[in-house]
Amino acid sequence: MEGHSTYQPTSTGARWLERRLPVIGLVHSSFVAYPTPRNLNYWWTFGAILSVMLVAQMITGIVLAMHYVSHGTLAFASVESIMRDVNFGWLLRYLHANGASLFFFAVYIHLFRGMYYGSYKEPREVLWILGVLILFLMIATAFMGYVLPWGQMSFWAATVITNLFSAIPLVGESITQWLWGGFAVDSATLNRFYSLHYLLPFVIAGVVVLHIWALHVAGQNNPLGIDIKSKEDTVPFTPYATVKDAVGVVVFFILFAWLVFYLPNYLGHPDNYVPADPLKTPAHIVPEWYFLPFYAILRAIPDKLFGVIGLVAAIVVMFFLPWLDTSRVRSAVFRPIYRQFFWIFVLVCLGLGYLGSQPAEGGYVIASRILTAYYFLHFLVIMPVLGLIERPRPRPASITEAVLARSGHAPAPAAGGAS
Amino acid sequence: MSLFGKDDVVVSRRIRQSLIAGMAALGFGLGTIHAIAQEEEAVAQGEAVAEAEDHGTVHYPLRKPEQMDWSFAGVFGTYDRSQLQRGLQVYTEVCAACHGLHYVAFRTLADADGPGFSAAQVAALAAEYQIEDGPDAEGEMFERPGRPSDRFPSPFPNDAAAAFANGGAAPPDLSLIAKARAASRGPLLTVLDFFTQYQEAGPDYIHALLTGYDEEPPPGLEIPDGVHYNPYFLGGPALAMPPPLSEGVVTYSDGSPETVEQYSEDVSAFLMWAAEPHLVARKRLGFEVIVFLAVFATLMYLTKRRVWASVAH
Repeated sequence: MEGHSTYQPTSTGARWLERRLPVIGLVHSSFVAYPTPRNLNYWWTFGAILSVMLVAQMITGIVLAMHYVSHGTLAFASVESIMRDVNFGWLLRYLHANGASLFFFAVYIHLFRGMYYGSYKEPREVLWILGVLILFLMIATAFMGYVLPWGQMSFWAATVITNLFSAIPLVGESITQWLWGGFAVDSATLNRFYSLHYLLPFVIAGVVVLHIWALHVAGQNNPLGIDIKSKEDTVPFTPYATVKDAVGVVVFFILFAWLVFYLPNYLGHPDNYVPADPLKTPAHIVPEWYFLPFYAILRAIPDKLFGVIGLVAAIVVMFFLPWLDTSRVRSAVFRPIYRQFFWIFVLVCLGLGYLGSQPAEGGYVIASRILTAYYFLHFLVIMPVLGLIERPRPRPASITEAVLARSGHAPAPAAGGAS
Repeated sequence: MSLFGKDDVVVSRRIRQSLIAGMAALGFGLGTIHAIAQEEEAVAQGEAVAEAEDHGTVHYPLRKPEQMDWSFAGVFGTYDRSQLQRGLQVYTEVCAACHGLHYVAFRTLADADGPGFSAAQVAALAAEYQIEDGPDAEGEMFERPGRPSDRFPSPFPNDAAAAFANGGAAPPDLSLIAKARAASRGPLLTVLDFFTQYQEAGPDYIHALLTGYDEEPPPGLEIPDGVHYNPYFLGGPALAMPPPLSEGVVTYSDGSPETVEQYSEDVSAFLMWAAEPHLVARKRLGFEVIVFLAVFATLMYLTKRRVWASVAH
């Protein structure tokens, strides 16, 4: 897809640099001349939205780190000092806390988009695997970040999640104590979580670079899921994709601002405004909303070890999706039955999220078990079987043909064809 | 040709249909189970009020707080300055006997968006408190009058002393109480709250709790000595705090009614300010940001249309 850079430096300085380090050419070929399918819809802007959110989280996080104190007796007070005394500290903290939520909101849309349009299929398997790896790293980062304010939910979430490691046979106890840096969640735990919370975003940024690299080697998928056949099927990334991404980012920021300025505590838990107290267990320990589906899976399984295995498997199974899906047709647009199962799967994930927020009792437990079973059934049975039995609808010969047929134009060359 | 291409796949329509039918049945089953779960919960709550059975999980509060009309709600919400000043008076004359306000500095009482006292008033108020300071040059701790830069001193020297003086449970610090307490709203209201911007669950809860002591416990609900029945309490059917407010307990200078209702509204608003002192600045900036983003988004969208105008997509 990418080919060699077509960038021609015009100024003397640029020519000088380009002969020594062709970095301008790299940017030019990746974000200016890069051919992008002409039929991408707004669901494709979430890649750009996620990149912007990662940078935004790093900026607010680095400034917050200048004021935060990672110590068991000082952490809660330091966050309050940020909220009350630091200039615009309240804004920084609300941006960072709600930014994490919106980061996950965007990543889940990005992920479901990939599932709907079959973006994980040949030749984009490595691209997909890197994406799931980013999700894993995001989960670790967000979990450790949630511990830092050292409120009741911070403390008890840390206790519940670190205790999961004790389910590992033989070495579980030792691993848990090693993670804690002691015999219970304490200041030592908080301090190492802070260190890792600062480190992991840079690891994410590194994997994001690989993710984008893999994307630019394999080329973008598109809503039709068919390969690019000619230059006509594409438009140059700039201005076409850049301006569309910009629309997506700005609209997404309206949602972001709505939460930060008017509902800053909507997604948080009131108990996290109570300082951590190892002697008082909250009535219901619930994670942040973006972990609720996984939390429901953990609690649905009555055995602790198998619960933990189920929790991890719920994410690990996504690594294998490119091979579990046996259909050669990428886009759900041409897969009438898969399309229905896709939406059922989305509803099941939402249902698991709701159940994760409810107490583990009565009908909620039964429902969690059924939905958990369906979650794995979707990946392990429905995806492989459906690819074999489903009769896909005919696909158009090319992106251009489909686009022109829809807009009622006679076939004509794309005005903006890749340069 | 491809192994799974449309030409090769010959599967009877029946298999596909039965698969879909199976899924539909599963979906229906889930819906039913869900309905049962909710019904069970409703029944459990009813029983709790009527009989308060020990077995089975009872969810608190027994009754949801009434939604009040707060001046600081909504897009253009601001604090009512005289209400905050009255609320401060209720806090200092009633609540402060047992509850601290550890994170609130006296100087913030001069915030124009908050209680809006003058610098002289704040200095005078701070000076009414004795603050432990030191050590001095001889290594001794000493007490001095409070300064605007000090924070409200807590009524007890430490949590252990607070717990000892209050039958084993330390009265919570009130700095953040308006954000640290909220009754569950249920799934439907929770979704609606996103659009209506409901963020006042804390003050609604405080108001409901302070005015909720009047009722007799329902028949069959045994309330042990030393705790007080309150259907709005989050932690159970009764709490250790006795009814703190009574008619005329605080004398207002601005002629506001000296009723439990008025006191509890005023102190709830004051505690919201104490928990979220930058609320007004936040909403003001938020309005500017969202107007800016709306204009920016429109311009970006028009630019996008212009750029894409010549390309069918």
